[in-house]
Amino acid sequence: MTAQLPLEGIRVLDLGGVWAGTFSTLLLADLGAEVLKHENQFVFQPNTRAVPGPNIPPQMTQAGPGWITGFPNSEPGPRPWNYHPMFVSLYRNKRSFTLDIRNEKGHEILGELAKISDVVIENSAVGTMEKLGVSYEWLKELNPGIVFLRAPGYGLTGEYVAARTMGSHLEGVIGHQLLRGYRDEGPDSNSAIFSADYIAGTQIAFAIMSAIWQRKKTGKGQFIEMAQAENAIAMFAQGYMQYALQGIEPERVGNRSIYPQESPTGIYPCMAEENGDPAQGNDRWIAISVSNDEEWQILVNEMGSPDWAKDPELDSWEGRYSQHDELDQKISAWTEGFSDYELFHQLQKAGVPATPVLDASRVPTDAHVQERELYSPQKLQDPIGEFPFPTPLFDFPAAEGGIRRPPVAMGQDNEYVYRELLGITDEDWNLLEAEGHIATKFDDSLM
Amino acid sequence: MAGPLTDVVVLDLTQEIAGPYATKLFADFGAEVIKVEPPGGDSSRQLGPFPEEEKHLEKSGTFFYFNTNKRSIAIDLESEGGKEVFWRLVDRADVIVESYQPGRMKELGIDWETISQRKPGLPLVSITNFGQTSPYKDYKGTDLVLYAYAGEMYSTGLIDREPVKMYGTAALVQSGSAAATAIMGAVMMGRWQGVGQHVDFSIADSHLVGVDRRHATVMGYQFSGRTTLRAPASGTRLLGGVYPCQDGWVDLDGGGARFHRSARQFLGHPEWLEDPKWDDPSIHQNPEIIEEFNAYFYVWLMEHTKREIWERARDARILCGPLFTIEEVFEDENFRERGVFQKASHSFLGDFEFPGRPFILSESPWEYRRPAPLLGEHSAEILDECGFTTKEVSRLAISGDVGVRV
Repeated sequence: MTAQLPLEGIRVLDLGGVWAGTFSTLLLADLGAEVLKHENQFVFQPNTRAVPGPNIPPQMTQAGPGWITGFPNSEPGPRPWNYHPMFVSLYRNKRSFTLDIRNEKGHEILGELAKISDVVIENSAVGTMEKLGVSYEWLKELNPGIVFLRAPGYGLTGEYVAARTMGSHLEGVIGHQLLRGYRDEGPDSNSAIFSADYIAGTQIAFAIMSAIWQRKKTGKGQFIEMAQAENAIAMFAQGYMQYALQGIEPERVGNRSIYPQESPTGIYPCMAEENGDPAQGNDRWIAISVSNDEEWQILVNEMGSPDWAKDPELDSWEGRYSQHDELDQKISAWTEGFSDYELFHQLQKAGVPATPVLDASRVPTDAHVQERELYSPQKLQDPIGEFPFPTPLFDFPAAEGGIRRPPVAMGQDNEYVYRELLGITDEDWNLLEAEGHIATKFDDSLM
Repeated sequence: MAGPLTDVVVLDLTQEIAGPYATKLFADFGAEVIKVEPPGGDSSRQLGPFPEEEKHLEKSGTFFYFNTNKRSIAIDLESEGGKEVFWRLVDRADVIVESYQPGRMKELGIDWETISQRKPGLPLVSITNFGQTSPYKDYKGTDLVLYAYAGEMYSTGLIDREPVKMYGTAALVQSGSAAATAIMGAVMMGRWQGVGQHVDFSIADSHLVGVDRRHATVMGYQFSGRTTLRAPASGTRLLGGVYPCQDGWVDLDGGGARFHRSARQFLGHPEWLEDPKWDDPSIHQNPEIIEEFNAYFYVWLMEHTKREIWERARDARILCGPLFTIEEVFEDENFRERGVFQKASHSFLGDFEFPGRPFILSESPWEYRRPAPLLGEHSAEILDECGFTTKEVSRLAISGDVGVRV
């Protein structure tokens, strides 16, 4: 007998957007929940289905960073929002339905769905749900067992509730932007990253699972508030602990370890491809992370025991730490003669932590990625051809997991939601369609 | 009110960052987490920050943060006595979580096969760098190595320099947080369906397919054949990026479709910005116009503090975050009033405050019950709970099979 995935039988009404909310419900969907992704043809949520809008001019798909403009075969196709590279991988194992929840009828239908759901999730800026009339009180009245989670940037109270934010901005507020980046450059050299979105996604999923666990015991639902800024602090825990225990502001360490005994640690150049132009992705780098004296001796040995490395001061981490700049130069001069993968295997087999810094183009062919079948060919509803899509982060070997449904198109499950779950008639269907609730594309006015 | 997981017992054999963070979430939300440490302690006890830079097993800031609310028993799993204790703990557990190099559990005689024979229905979750079955399974990983290999490091930084990582061990914490959902799923299947299984959680996989932006750049490449490179630095977009100001830095994004309205409000309707040319959407692609904007904007920035700028941005609904230092976060009234920080009292570290709850559950909230444990602090009481007699405890302590504090 095959077991069931842990959240089988749990229905999640997904009012989330951008990354944090969308990633959280991906995890819940992978764990077996039935996720009903809500969409509205009259409201384009930027950074949820695509950037910057639903209509992508063909010329925009011809150049630019792969993750922003790299559409299938470099064409926007008929419904570009269904396969934007930045977000498409977040729609697997979910169902999508459309409903205009800004009017009374939409609100009422949302309520009907809340009655037959277990969980409702949203991560909009504070004010959006208030405007839509979606509150815990309302949901609880409809369904006492409901678990409702809200995940705005700074929570539901305090001076910052009105702040508009994405992951990168709140990482500024909680200190990451000053802590990360090159040791010898200002924070204006930092490229935007969105790590806070992802940790929020994992913890929303964990919070929901915990609340479901509790509900199984008590029969009661609950309200969960996650301030994404507060949640993301854990990623920088050592910086906070340094201030807590020493009263000292932590330093920006770049690619070095925050633990000085792990010296030398850094990114070193390897033999480039072709012309080596980083603007064409031809630069190659290796990460080396010496964690103790023994690994240092192995590295020295692999480098052919050069005279400079025999300096007895380098036998201790204190010596290596104080000479880190010089060591970086010496190690770079050695690594640049190697291909990154060759040096990776050589150093790892000898016992030194190392790896190529892989750009996206080298991931699909990597031996580990292939052995573990991390990407699996799928066809979407739109005829864009077959492409490999990422699989869930982990498997439960006792249950049938993986990609149960390929990434979902907008409104793909309207039939399921309206007819099977809500049991509406053909007449109602036609009316709802005419009123703009049921749709499979964004309204022309947004184009 | 207590946490939602008070009826869950986690037998925790993890060390370092990712595994302990996953089990910390369980402990923080009420689970009984029994941390089994080797006689020398979790290796993260060797990691700072230490007060006064004095290296000490009981003074590691890293260990403290990632192990709050857990109890510690020090067991020599290579010894017969240690194994006997381990199996008694297995009898009480709802899940075992471990982070040994693949193969090490088998060497110790406590691998999945043996566990599943001893207690069918008990799940085991392994959290390792590359997973149990990988050509790289014996390779070593650190935050830098795993993020460089599996995460989106390549496209982070300046185009004419080396790629640059996140701070500290952020990538490992992301993975640990994802691993908590794997453990919870395994616990649910164990309790509700009686299913035991070995869940193979790979930190590398979690980045390669999900826990940060890597999936997006890989899809972009597979779709279009175009990779994602390190992007140009700030100041090359219209009102977008990290800018210097009077007392530091601010991160701003106000250059979208609402620019012509929001920027005017944000900057207080200056005369130069009233020109209708700023309404033209094509200016966003025009470097000369961006330069013209910056000439005014940088002057304005220097006349305002980061808090002033953030307040104006909130009113104008512009995406913004001032770059705070850690000290500023600790002192920030909003975060203090919301209860972000938790007071701790620790026999070696003294009294201090650290970041507490990650989120707020209305009916079963986060609770700080105890500081991170001293090494083997709870050995004696845990042995007692497992039914070992005083005499047996003495025998285990004297042989060194279990580290018992006196």
